[in-house]
Formats: sequence, structure tokens, C-alpha cells
Amino acid sequence: MKYLPLIWAGLWRKRARTVLTLLCVVVAFALFGLLHGFSAALDGIIGQMSETRLRSMSRVNITQPLPLAHRARIQTVPGVEEVSYYNFFAGYYQDRSNSVQVGAIDVASFNVVYPDIQMEPQYVDAMLHTRNGALVGEDLAAERGWKIGDRIPLGSAVWTRKDGAEAWDFEIVGSYRSPSGKVPTSELWINYDYFDEARAAANGTVTLYFVKIHDSNRSAEIAEQIDALFANSTSETQTQSEKDWVRAQIAQIGNIGFFVNAIIAAVMFALLFVTGNTMVQSVRERIPELAVLKTYGFGNVAVMGLVLAESVVLCSVAAALGIGIAAVISPPIYRELGAGGLNLPLSVVAMGLGLAVVFAVVSASLPALRAQRLSIVDALAGR
Amino acid sequence: MFKQIASVTAMNLRSLPQRIGSSSVIVVGIAGVVAVILSVFGLTRSLSDAVLATGSPDRAIVLRAGATGEFSSTLLVDAVATIKDAPGIARAADGTPAATSNFVAAVNLFRKEDGARAGLAVRGVDPAVSAVRPEMTIVSGRLFTPGLRELIVGRSALEEFRSVGIGDEVVLRDGPWTVVGVFESGRDATESSLMTDAATLLSAYQRTAVNSVTVRLASKGAFEELKMALTTNPTLSVSVERETDFYRRESQDANQIFGLVGIAVGVFMGLGAIFAALNTMYSAVSVRTREIATLRAIGFGAGGVIVSVLAEALLLALIGAAVGGSIAWLLFNGNSVALGDSTGSIVFQMQVTPALLLLGVLLACSVGLIGGLLPALRAARLPVAAALRAV
Repeated sequence: MKYLPLIWAGLWRKRARTVLTLLCVVVAFALFGLLHGFSAALDGIIGQMSETRLRSMSRVNITQPLPLAHRARIQTVPGVEEVSYYNFFAGYYQDRSNSVQVGAIDVASFNVVYPDIQMEPQYVDAMLHTRNGALVGEDLAAERGWKIGDRIPLGSAVWTRKDGAEAWDFEIVGSYRSPSGKVPTSELWINYDYFDEARAAANGTVTLYFVKIHDSNRSAEIAEQIDALFANSTSETQTQSEKDWVRAQIAQIGNIGFFVNAIIAAVMFALLFVTGNTMVQSVRERIPELAVLKTYGFGNVAVMGLVLAESVVLCSVAAALGIGIAAVISPPIYRELGAGGLNLPLSVVAMGLGLAVVFAVVSASLPALRAQRLSIVDALAGR
Repeated sequence: MFKQIASVTAMNLRSLPQRIGSSSVIVVGIAGVVAVILSVFGLTRSLSDAVLATGSPDRAIVLRAGATGEFSSTLLVDAVATIKDAPGIARAADGTPAATSNFVAAVNLFRKEDGARAGLAVRGVDPAVSAVRPEMTIVSGRLFTPGLRELIVGRSALEEFRSVGIGDEVVLRDGPWTVVGVFESGRDATESSLMTDAATLLSAYQRTAVNSVTVRLASKGAFEELKMALTTNPTLSVSVERETDFYRRESQDANQIFGLVGIAVGVFMGLGAIFAALNTMYSAVSVRTREIATLRAIGFGAGGVIVSVLAEALLLALIGAAVGGSIAWLLFNGNSVALGDSTGSIVFQMQVTPALLLLGVLLACSVGLIGGLLPALRAARLPVAAALRAV
């Protein structure tokens, strides 16, 4: 601790250089936090997905609807607790480019399948008694300023009405929250029965089934049994636990991991180069000063330690700032990408700080060795 | 004056090898930025190029009025017949219109590269498709036979997906369909699909409506005539768009997320590179303090000193741009990339084009100039007497 002023003085010897190096490292770690944080956040989403909930959809493709009659048959599979269903609505508000996530659900069974979702009993009741009722998610309500009692006219990019009307009128009768943050609350939920009766095509079908099971250890076995029920029919299913399903969805986008890692590697390499160079220059300029320190009785190791410590202080302060920036701007970006409620994972913060120390030591190791080997007489003579 | 500038600059550049360590910081920094930005922009540009290449100004696409894309559009069979009869459509000698309906479904398949299950579009078209899309050619096997469960596969889809080669069976809604041919179409988005007869596919999916109708225009000018005829027809409720305009919109949608990521990463990396360049040039000036003071003392002007520092920064930036550009080109040029979601994928070749490389050079030059300017001004303002005594 008593060396701190010395380290401080060493760092501020060339103010401009230290500040610029600091800013370089800040930028590098802000990028690290953003990019690595993004993939870590995706892993986080997968990690908190349920394994006691399965999703069953058409084996051919999710755009292919499944008959509603599947529900009763899925319910016969041993270990299945409740089956609920969902139909995409592809909604938009006022303008086609202003899309709103809307799902047609059966509110009674949905409540059983999704215990993580909290809806007040009176809202469930209102939904059951209002045919064109809708439940608004907390996030969606905040985003659009919609509240209970509002009438919302929505269009659908896919579904037309039997009566030929363009707009679907919904009345918001309640809201839902996800106290655990595990379920996004950015959707509007409408009554499947009302929707199915009113739509002009594909009546009596659903986009997917949610299946709640008792025992997460049996999820693979139960999924196979469900798929076996419909094998060789015109509506074969593919059933997966929610966790596997989300993992597959993310894998589908393409190989993002490679790009992210390549960018991080490029940034880190450039960073190592910049800090390494700063330390080399700073030590070269200070050789006579270091020799004076040694003359006063500082040991070889102590001088080496001083050089290393300067680098560690610089890098960790900068890394903390950079990751701080990433932590502040990450949550809104996650929200934009459809993963609201997530923060920059702590593991990324820890990893970043650890990396900073490693970088500091690696980039300062050559100059530190030089400082350690310094011969007092040669250095003072300027040889 | 110019002679002065030239001689100071030349002297400065000749001494560069002595400062190789700190000079390489600027090179590495800028090489990193250029490589990353060219890769991200190369990805987004190649993606939109592949989508744009699908559209031709000779063709028009007809969707249900108000639909934003093929998936949200439906046209009933009698509407399709009316559309095909409209004026302005190219016709064969026997009067057959160069028009095809499109019914788009999707099937889950496994990608070769990472084994991920991803959607691939299955496009049902009419036999007249060869008149509408003359750029489409069968490169091996044969065309599908209407009425049979047969598919042809696009070259890009074949390269990226498992089990879609000739003779392979793909399970659609009503059972297995056999792949009988491979087609190419100039690496456009159509190549990332399976194709078959629309009527056969419709009956397999028990549907009666297609998604869109694509027509080849009798002449480029015939578009207005066609649009007028279709949009004023009271039995139809459709929108008519030139295919080039339609795919321009599609490519904008496709690029939204990647464009955003690219800009964010680019801004951060650009800032970092500017800091690195400033650092390098400040230390270059500081190492040469006495040299610069000597020059000023014997009568060289401030202009020459400023230009010499800027020239050094620019030269280093250009070397960085060359290194970064080469890295991006070697790593990514010609790579085949597959992006997708459940409703379809697009496979495209990543191109690091000369235009992109030029962008990299411009970017590097601006970073070099910004990074060189402040240090150059400092060099010019050095108090001569004090600087001469500097250690």
C-alpha cells in the first residue's frame, strides 16, 4: 500500500499517454462486455427455461398448423399434467410495420401450464367472460401506454375475418406479470375460442401445444411418446422441452458465436499490443529513474513489481470503466432483441476483470523483466 | 515552401524504421478496425446483394393488397387466373402468359455446418416459371413432374443442407417427396429453396390459396399498364410492385439487426483506433522533440512540420488498412453463410468487394488524420528554445 503514491506518480508521468491508453482499454472492454455479454445472456435465457414444460409443434415446420384434436390425445400420455395451446396472430397496430406480438390462448389451461406467470383471479375471470377480451403483458403495457379498459383495434398480417372486416377489436380486461422474469411480458393475449370462430381459414387448428409434465427427468421419454401418437399421420408432431426448443431457435439464426469470438479476439489482440507498447515506452524513458530507485535500495523484484503494478492498476481501472459502460447500455439492447429483464451477467463482469489482470501482466512482462535486470551503473551512465 | 514540406516529410518517413515499435501500434489498431468493419459490413452487404439479385426490373410481383411480404399474402385461385389474363404480361407465341403463382411453405432440415435444424422454403411454382425466370437453369438431374411428389433443389440450399441431394427424400406434410434435380439462379435468394409444382404442393397442404403471382412484363414500360389494370379491377384487391422494389424492401428487413450490430461495433472500434493513433503520434512527436526544434531553429516553417506528422500518420494508417483488408479478404471472401429462422433460410456467398476495401481505406485515412492532427499541432507549437534543451 505504501507504494501506491509511487505507482500513481509513474502512471501520471506522461498524462496524455496514460489517458489515451486508458481510453483504448476502456473501449476494448466495453466491446468485450457487450459482445460476450450478449452470448452469455442467451445462455442465461436457455438456462432458466423450464424442463417441465414441453412444446409440441408440426414436425414439418412451425408454419404448418396442428389440429386442436391433438390436445385430448396428448392428455392421455402418462405423466402429462395439463395441455395448453397457442396460435400466432401476427398482429399490428395502426400501421403494418408497427407489429405487436399477439397470441391466441386458452386462459384457463395456460394458467396451469405457466405457473411463473401471475394474473389476478379477477382478470382471468374477466377474460373468461369477455369474448374479445385481452390480457396485456406488463412490458407491453409500459411500452404502449395501454391500460385496462382500453379498446385496441389490431390488424393481422396473416388472418382475415369471416365477416370481411379488416380490424380485430380487443378490449383489455387485465394484465399479467412474470415476477421471476422468466417469461417475457411483451405480448397481448387474446381468447383462442373467439379468434378461431372469427377467422376465415385454418379453423380448429393451433400453432403449438404447451405440455406441462410432472417430472423433468422424464421429459425426453414423454416427448417421444407424444410424437409416437401422431407418427405417420398428416400432422406429425415434434416435441421438445422448452429449454431444447429455445436452444434450437438460437442455433437456427446461424453461427453467431464464431463472429462474436473473432471480433473479441481481434479487439483483445489490438489491446494487448497497445498496452504492451505503452509499458515498453514508459520503462525505456524511465531507465535512469528506475536506476535511482535501485540505488536507494529497492530490490530487483520490487522494481519489477512496481512496473507490473502500474500496468495492473491502469488495466483494471480501465476494464472496470469499460464493463461499467457495457452494463449500463446492455439491458436496453437485450430488451430490443426480445430478452427484456436481463442484466449483464455477473460471470461476464468477473471474467472481464480477470482478463484485465492477465492482459496487464502479459503486456508488462517484457518491460518488467528489463527493469528487474537493470544494472545501476550502466543505466545511470545512459548506456 | 513545397520543397521544405517535401524534405521534412521525406526525412521523417526515413526515420520511421527507428520507431517501429510504437509505429506498429497504429498499424495494428487500424488493421483491427478495418478487418472487423469489413467483415461485418461484408456480411450485411452480401446478404442484401443476394436478396436484391433475386429481383429483376423485367418482373412484377402481385400480392394481396396491404400484405407486407409473401407470407402475409393470400390469393385465391380465381384471382390468380384474372391476374394472369391482365395486359402488360409477356406472352409466348401460343398466348401462354409468362406468369407463375407462388405458394410458399417451409420444411425443417438439418444444416451441414453445425447440424442445426433450420427452416428451408419450399416454393410451389407453375410450369411457366422458366418463361418468368429465364436465369433459372437445371444443372443436374431434371425438372419436377407436375402431379408427382418431386422437388428440385437450389444449388445454395444443396451446399448448406443435409439430405437434399438428387435421390434423397424430404418429408413434407403428406409424406416423402423425392429430389430429382438441382437448379441454379445466379446465387440469388431463390437458390436457397426447394421448388416444386404449385398445384401438387397446394393439394398436399390442402390449401386453395397461393401467396403471390410473379409475372414477366411485356416490356419495362408495361408495368404501369399492368398495375392500372389490376388495381382498378373491382374483383381484385391486390398490390402490384416491381420485383426490384419488392426485394429492396425485403433486404432492408433482413439487414436490420446485423446493420445495428455492425454500426455499434464499428463506432466502438473506431474510437479505440483513434485513441491508439493519437497515442502513437504523440509519442512519435515526443521522441523527435529535439529534431523538430532543430528544424524550426534553422528556418523550417510550422507547415512543413505539421504535414510531415500527418503524412506519417496517413502512411501508417494505409499500411493498417492494407493489413486489415487482407485479413478480412482472406478469412471471409467467398465464404458461404447460412442465416435463417423457422420459416426459411438464406444462403449467400460473403464478398469483400473492392468498394468495401475502398471504404476500409477511407476509414483508415480518417482515423489516421484525426489521430495525427493534434500531435501535429503540438509539434508545430513546440517552443524552440525549451525543446532544444529537452533530454
